[in-house]
Amino acid sequence: MLEIKNLHANVENKKILDGLNLTVKPGEVHAIMGPNGSGKSTLANVLAGRETFQVTEGEIQFSGQNLLEMSTELRSREGVFLAFQNPIEIPGVNNMLFLKTALNAKRSHQGLEELDAADFLQLIRQKLKTVKIDEGLLKRSVNEGFSGGEKKKNEILQMAILEPKLAILDETDSGLDVDALQVVSEGINALRSPERAIILVTHYQRLLNYVVPDFVHILAKGKIIRSGDKALALEIEENGYGLNDLPRSA
Amino acid sequence: MEIIETDIDSVLTQEYQHGFVTDIASSSLPPGLEEETIRQISAIKKEPEFLLEWRLKAFERWQTLREPKWSTIQHPPIDYQALTYYSAPKSLEDGPKSLDEIDPKLLETYEKLGIPIEEQKALAGIAVDAVFDSVSVATTFKEELEKVGVIFCSFSEAVQKHPDLVKKYLGTVVPITDNFFATLNSAVFSDGAFVYVPKGVRCPMELSSYFRINATNTGQFERTLIIAEEGSYVSYLEGCTAPQRDENQLHAAVVELVAMEGAEIRYSTIQNWYPGDENGKGGIYNFVTKRGICKGDNSKISWTQVETGSALTWKYPSVILKGDNSIGEFYSVALTNHYQQADTGTKMTHIGKNTRSTIISKGISAGHAQNAYRGLVKVAKNAENARNFSQCDSLLMGIKSGAHTFPYIEVKNPTAQVEHEATTSKIGEDQLFLCQQRGISAEDAVSLIVNGFCKEIFKKLPMEFAVEARKLLSISLEGSVG
Repeated sequence: MLEIKNLHANVENKKILDGLNLTVKPGEVHAIMGPNGSGKSTLANVLAGRETFQVTEGEIQFSGQNLLEMSTELRSREGVFLAFQNPIEIPGVNNMLFLKTALNAKRSHQGLEELDAADFLQLIRQKLKTVKIDEGLLKRSVNEGFSGGEKKKNEILQMAILEPKLAILDETDSGLDVDALQVVSEGINALRSPERAIILVTHYQRLLNYVVPDFVHILAKGKIIRSGDKALALEIEENGYGLNDLPRSA
Repeated sequence: MEIIETDIDSVLTQEYQHGFVTDIASSSLPPGLEEETIRQISAIKKEPEFLLEWRLKAFERWQTLREPKWSTIQHPPIDYQALTYYSAPKSLEDGPKSLDEIDPKLLETYEKLGIPIEEQKALAGIAVDAVFDSVSVATTFKEELEKVGVIFCSFSEAVQKHPDLVKKYLGTVVPITDNFFATLNSAVFSDGAFVYVPKGVRCPMELSSYFRINATNTGQFERTLIIAEEGSYVSYLEGCTAPQRDENQLHAAVVELVAMEGAEIRYSTIQNWYPGDENGKGGIYNFVTKRGICKGDNSKISWTQVETGSALTWKYPSVILKGDNSIGEFYSVALTNHYQQADTGTKMTHIGKNTRSTIISKGISAGHAQNAYRGLVKVAKNAENARNFSQCDSLLMGIKSGAHTFPYIEVKNPTAQVEHEATTSKIGEDQLFLCQQRGISAEDAVSLIVNGFCKEIFKKLPMEFAVEARKLLSISLEGSVG
């Protein structure tokens, strides 16, 4: 589904990704861990198509298409979803309207009829149940005055509505208390499916106790230096990244 | 930041859709303004003596006045002698006729603008008065309104048929000495709308005027007078457009509202005059004086405006709260793009006891535009328990636009409660990216965000207008993201 080859990317002319390779198949959950500044968020933003991140070399294939040639909104409509590390507020824009607009943009891209308010309400009620999120969030403006936990839940709700092929969750666990982490994790687990791939970008192994990944990758200095299974995350928690012991290019 | 700029720029550049010119024979007075011009306008309109005298008094006064300089608006000097003060389609020389006799070109103009004036096609429940350059083309649903005693006609017709009402109320809210532009209007006004709602009558339909400037180098000076007698209610809508021309055109209107005891007047405006091109060339100079008086106790006047057009907007729809327990409201959206400038707001003058006023102003600036809110809340000595709430929000797009807020508060009664809130926000690259990442295009995202910002105001508009206002905002914003 996703094949990243030799990816190099800059932010403000500073090299962040330096030859990253990663292959993700449908149904898989990959965790990407690494210290601050290793390029985790850059990878997430490059996949979503944020313009402030410039790809200088390499290629990304997504479901047989050249992802780097696609606009941000096209990537979204084709099934790439990014759950933001710090979801931004959009004052005055009703959350429900926002979700409906997003879903209908995708539906019309797929040649499907747009959902009207009644049909949408029905759909969203069912999704709220799946991800165990309170209906109250819908009546408010997008992320406005939301607590940290509510913002992250709202991201999971958007993911549930848009049903992406590839979901990238950028530090979705950051700033969550145990209860919120549990709700968010259950939401993610509910959305695991054989057709959907998930990339979890995280600092801590805590999230991985709830959402068990198939693969764990360690990112350092812009490339993946180690890959393994869940045990690798536990090892990192125990011993740290131990970057000083690792060869500079692995 | 560069990226944001280009992104916002591309969304905010769509062309003005009402820029066409109607090719129609007009008869106009030669350019220039002197006493004779005024006598001619008055003669063409076969006005009674009192009105000519009133005009001449205003003209005399005007010659001693200078343009006000206190606003943020900047423009090259206006040559008042180069303007034409009266222009009318030839076919209307003898005044508005029945709809069948109106030049099809005129009907077509209004059709193109989406304002059907043939009654069988007209919007249900809205009576329209269409003003083309200096004269009224037609007023629809007159007979139905007459059945309940509501007078809705062009100002010229009111002067002929109801001179006593005109004489009694004209200039009572905006006196001829009021300000440079109002005084000029008083001297040269050509047409406009007149509404009279008798005691206890709830006007059965929305009344609407549609103003169109067509002729070149012609100023439009319309005058609107609305009188709501005791216990009556009327809702009035006003729309305006102009062709796309390279030179600037002057529009200086005066609107006066009078609400008697227990009466309510709702006045909504969608102002879409040609704003000039993306380099700031052309566009309407809009200098308008709008004021209402809540004369009787328990009366209410509510102004709602959506301002998207004009190169310059200078406009402060105001309410004098004279009657006890009277209510004044001002809800405004002012959007400026490219090189547009707006200095707009309101004045709420509390005189009566327990008077209340609400001001909600939303300013949106994109491109190189400058947008200012200027408001005065004045509580007089005897206005016991007066209350005001003001909220001024500004939304900026890109880094070259500006927003300014000038709230003035003068309170002479210690029991008054005056609240003022202000916010400034920016459509950021992060908000756009969130929307785009969810599959929403940049254009739709800007429109979504701006509409969210203006939601409170749109709720105040009659439904037909709310839809139009939303569309208009999206159009005016096109090319602001890019």
